[in-house]
Amino acid sequence: MNEIWKAGLAQLALHVESGDVSCREIVSAALERSARLDPELGAFVRMRPEAALAEAGAADAARRAGKARSRLHGLPIAVKDIFASRDFETTCGSRILAGFRAPYDATVLARLRDVGLIVVGSTNMDEFAMGSSTENSALQKTRNPWDATRIPGGSSGGSAAAVAARLVPAALGTDTGGSIRQPAALSGVVGLKPTYGRVSRYGLVAFASSLDQIGPITRSCADAALLLGAIAGHDPRDATSYPEAAPNFVAALSGEVSGLRIGLPRGFFDGEGADPQTMARAREALETLQGLGAKTVDVELPNSAHGIATYYLICTAEASSNLSRYDGVKYGFRAVSTTLDEMYERTRSEGFGAEVKKRILLGTYVLSAGYYDAYYRKAQQVRTLIRRDFERAFEVCDVIATPTTPGPAWKFGELVDDPLQMYLADVYTVTANLAGLPALSVPCGFTSAGLPVGLQLIGRPLDELAVLRAGDAFQRHTDFHERVPAGARS
Amino acid sequence: MLISRETVLYIAKLARLRLADSEVERMRRDLDAVLGYVASLQALDTTGVAPTTHVLEIATPLRRDEVAGVLAVSEVVRNAPEHTESAMVVPKVLE
Repeated sequence: MNEIWKAGLAQLALHVESGDVSCREIVSAALERSARLDPELGAFVRMRPEAALAEAGAADAARRAGKARSRLHGLPIAVKDIFASRDFETTCGSRILAGFRAPYDATVLARLRDVGLIVVGSTNMDEFAMGSSTENSALQKTRNPWDATRIPGGSSGGSAAAVAARLVPAALGTDTGGSIRQPAALSGVVGLKPTYGRVSRYGLVAFASSLDQIGPITRSCADAALLLGAIAGHDPRDATSYPEAAPNFVAALSGEVSGLRIGLPRGFFDGEGADPQTMARAREALETLQGLGAKTVDVELPNSAHGIATYYLICTAEASSNLSRYDGVKYGFRAVSTTLDEMYERTRSEGFGAEVKKRILLGTYVLSAGYYDAYYRKAQQVRTLIRRDFERAFEVCDVIATPTTPGPAWKFGELVDDPLQMYLADVYTVTANLAGLPALSVPCGFTSAGLPVGLQLIGRPLDELAVLRAGDAFQRHTDFHERVPAGARS
Repeated sequence: MLISRETVLYIAKLARLRLADSEVERMRRDLDAVLGYVASLQALDTTGVAPTTHVLEIATPLRRDEVAGVLAVSEVVRNAPEHTESAMVVPKVLE
């Protein structure tokens, strides 16, 4: 098999089944490419070449013996540096977790193992998933594969860059306010945030527990469906996980969108300050879907204007509580100190980066005496209003389309000094987290400077099928996802 | 100004964060900007609106109170920066 690196999960599975290529050859190719391209790109924070090759050899042996665990058995994957693992360090892009090796596996990693996917390494991210550019990583810089002077998006920037540069066919990310979909859009790949509760969060390092969700980053919607099928489903260890079994996502990809009703929220395609080319690419994508038989209908999401404000109150409040566990006692970094109080303060002050501290302070403030009702409770109520807007919209449409982001990838350092502008990069994505809805970003074109643009499709609760089917149909008639960044073409 | 330097220092103490002098004003300014932005929510009427915590109607699951999947103590303490075979060690709390 030539050019293994060009193939996605489903194609690789077919080639392995037909005997064209072995799992060991595929994993070797991923490792070789990463060793060659990643020093410049910076997608991976850690790799496990020997272990991955050994697992690939075992997968080949199992397949020869007729004992393949699934179609995906023996194929490589990358995971964000945020899942507890017995096999490798988990540091969440932070100094404070340096050296942490969990005593148990996250459910999502156990499920990857159940189907036989091989983790080749873990990917860079904004510290504790707080950021939209991956610049908040304490470990390293990750570059956008399409333009090395620009950010890859974030917080799952390493996963998106690794898939876009064809180092691996697929990766896992996490999405609290857009952290799968935004880097997917800015790096030119597919990213899916499933319904809240669809994928177990057991073993996921918590940022904002009522918003966090794990999902696939791939090059095609078909691969996203395949990977989602592997990780979705109830887990008794996560009390928020949805109790019913997940449907067969792959079987539902009919390629048909005839009669699909796509809701267009008023104001979302001509947002103030938005990049005209990004908006134009998103509108062209809608025309493509209309050409395939989909209908568009105008809908109103008036309370989405409050999405960013609501999001930053809820996520910081929950983060300040979740991150209280990093105190130098149990794991990771500890600052040299003579008293316990000094140890807590110095460990946290030296271990956390500026953005994490800022969010902890904001969250502590909004949860402090006298402010809880005015801020956190108020935000949870506005969340209900945002959810009701979606319920009303979904009475007249099946999916809702928006641009994934207001503009393309920006240059390093451009927004670092302007926290609100950075937060507004998530203006189209946060509402799906607040309402718990499944949402997909699919590549829909490029700006004149060659930067990728994504179209977001949001579905009803538990209806990942609708967004995957529409995204897959779109990709069957477009080739944006098959274009390769210049630096990754050999 | 929505948040003062004193308030920043107070919440930093609550959050067990020690800010360098050079960090305090920058934090104050950034927090002030964010609080100014989120103030728009106060204009929304949310009288009688129930807060959302989970989008799906999921009841809190119950299970039998049975011991399962217990990690060995040595496994649990091994990540502590300082530990014995069975305990995490911290600086002395009482003199």
